[in-house]
Amino acid sequence: MRLAVEGLTCIRGGRKLFRGLSFGLGQGEAIVVTGPNGAGKTSLLRLVAGLLTPAEGRVVVEDSVQMANELSHFVGHLDAVKGALTVGENLDFGRTLLGGGGIETDAALKKLGIGSLADVPAQILSAGQRRRLALARLLVATRPLWLLDEPSTALDSEGQRTLIQLIVEHRASGGSVIAATHMALDISGAREIVLTGEGVD
Amino acid sequence: MPLIDLANPRRFQQLARILIPMFALAAAILIGVGLVMGFRAPADYQQGEMVRVMYIHVPFAWLSLGAYTMMAIAALGTLVWRHPLADVAGKAAAQIGMAFCFLCLITGSLWGRPTWGTYWDWDPRLTSVLVLFLLYLGVLALWRAIEDPNRAGRAAAILALVGFVNVPIVKFSVDWWTSIHQPTSVMRLDGPTIHPSMLTPLLISAAGFLALFLTLHLAAMRNELLRRRVRTLRILAAAKAKA
Amino acid sequence: MITTFRAVTARDLKLALRVGGGAGVGVIFFLAIVTIIPFAVGPDLPLLARIGTAVLWIGALLASLLGLDRIFASDQDDGSLDLLLLSHAPLELIAVAKAVAHWIATGLPLVIIAPVLGLMLGVEPRALAAVSLTLLVGTPAVTFIGLIASALSVALPRGGLLSAVLILPLAIPLLIFGVAATNAAVVGEIPFGTPFRLLCAITLFFLVLGPVAAAAALRHVRE
Repeated sequence: MRLAVEGLTCIRGGRKLFRGLSFGLGQGEAIVVTGPNGAGKTSLLRLVAGLLTPAEGRVVVEDSVQMANELSHFVGHLDAVKGALTVGENLDFGRTLLGGGGIETDAALKKLGIGSLADVPAQILSAGQRRRLALARLLVATRPLWLLDEPSTALDSEGQRTLIQLIVEHRASGGSVIAATHMALDISGAREIVLTGEGVD
Repeated sequence: MPLIDLANPRRFQQLARILIPMFALAAAILIGVGLVMGFRAPADYQQGEMVRVMYIHVPFAWLSLGAYTMMAIAALGTLVWRHPLADVAGKAAAQIGMAFCFLCLITGSLWGRPTWGTYWDWDPRLTSVLVLFLLYLGVLALWRAIEDPNRAGRAAAILALVGFVNVPIVKFSVDWWTSIHQPTSVMRLDGPTIHPSMLTPLLISAAGFLALFLTLHLAAMRNELLRRRVRTLRILAAAKAKA
Repeated sequence: MITTFRAVTARDLKLALRVGGGAGVGVIFFLAIVTIIPFAVGPDLPLLARIGTAVLWIGALLASLLGLDRIFASDQDDGSLDLLLLSHAPLELIAVAKAVAHWIATGLPLVIIAPVLGLMLGVEPRALAAVSLTLLVGTPAVTFIGLIASALSVALPRGGLLSAVLILPLAIPLLIFGVAATNAAVVGEIPFGTPFRLLCAITLFFLVLGPVAAAAALRHVRE
């Protein structure tokens, strides 16, 4: 899938965070978005995902009739985990909602290191375990574009290694990644977009 | 001038500066003439002098419905055509329309008291206006509740359209409700036949109140644009202060 | 898409059953309303029987209002709403699925308990059946109106109060025809069918308008 972002402008709280942002993203490529808090990293990801309408500009998927929101995974600040459901139920719902096609629920949980928690109500999970559950969703439904907002939050060093591994495998199979982070995330060969909150870089 | 030119707030302010006094003058003249003619026209043999309230009450009723229609059109402008001033026009229409609606209810109540002995009698027309008033209040409550003007504008636009398609349903159901509860409904003066000597002043007065509505509407739009400018300046100042 | 629909409905039902404060509170509130009316009006059974059908409809309506704003608010709070917007299934369909689950969990219990409460008000048996039928048709419409209000007020604090203000004027036709149909079944001045068919028509109308407007609101009004 080829993504083309053209002339994107983001206005939040009355301020223009960035203006005229344009970039392209092809198969296997990765972009890391950096910048201080409030600079618009989350907004950029949400704009690409189609969760937000841009003030100006557009997000175009060049080689598909589907819109960006049907072709992306979005892992945001909140984990989208329902406490009253078990871990397995959460993941199964994610699979059905997002079109399936990935690996089995149990295999995904195991890959993220929480395989033993499948039948546990999600509300007793720790923050790190919830984040792993959110990341496991990336594996149970296949979508070419991964939009990750501060994905390593609450993850220990082993979790971060797993995350990097997932990204590497995803890119190797033709997927693309845009990750926003204010910490250093070691993604090889990634272009960088720096948002300063006052214009575009 | 193509509509898109008005999209620039500054152009709009210039236009408003010209139009507002014009409409205000027209309003003053037309309302004055209409009311004078109305007072000259014969008093109704049933209701006496109080019928003169009709010259104010009926235009208010027409205009509150007209304002809601304008709000719905502005809503389409916001959501479909994405005209930048559409939501400002919609908010102004909501504010002035609600005020006219409220005045319609008040004058209707005042008309009813000496004529039929009660301040309120749940007749179909007044009840419909009451429900319209509630719909207006809902839209304005939504405007107040959402801080960001653009988001508030989109939300209010959706609600305005939902309300608009419901207005015929509500009108029909209220009329139906009245007919089964009061089989002999009260005949109001502004029924199917109005004496021509009353019709002319009514129409002139209505035209005058329309001009008044446009005056207030343009003024409200201007104020809203200024309000947003102040908000933006405050936000920018706060951002600079942080740095 | 059907599987997504079923999955959303099943998930919402599971959540409603496992998380407290849904059906139970609504029914209790309904009971509370029916209980306090006689304290205000007096234990005058003939009078209560006359206004009984109206009280039942008003009580069901107000009890429905209680939880309607939460339809989307709970998903907004934990980030699940973003997930719903990313689905390949249309947002309108997902909205319908959520409304169905919400009605089964909170509206249906009200419909079931209404005849029992009607007995407390001295409503006669024919009217009890009519009340249940009209509520069965009318409460889904209230849920679908609630979709719109919930979507518009999704990120607002005290969205519940605002939702109630938005829903009530739109629900007036439902109230008119619902009570009229119920009374028609008893008094018989007008045939039951006329207001009942109008009630059904309004429900179908909101069945379409609700999800469409709610989806539009979720797409354009959120931050």
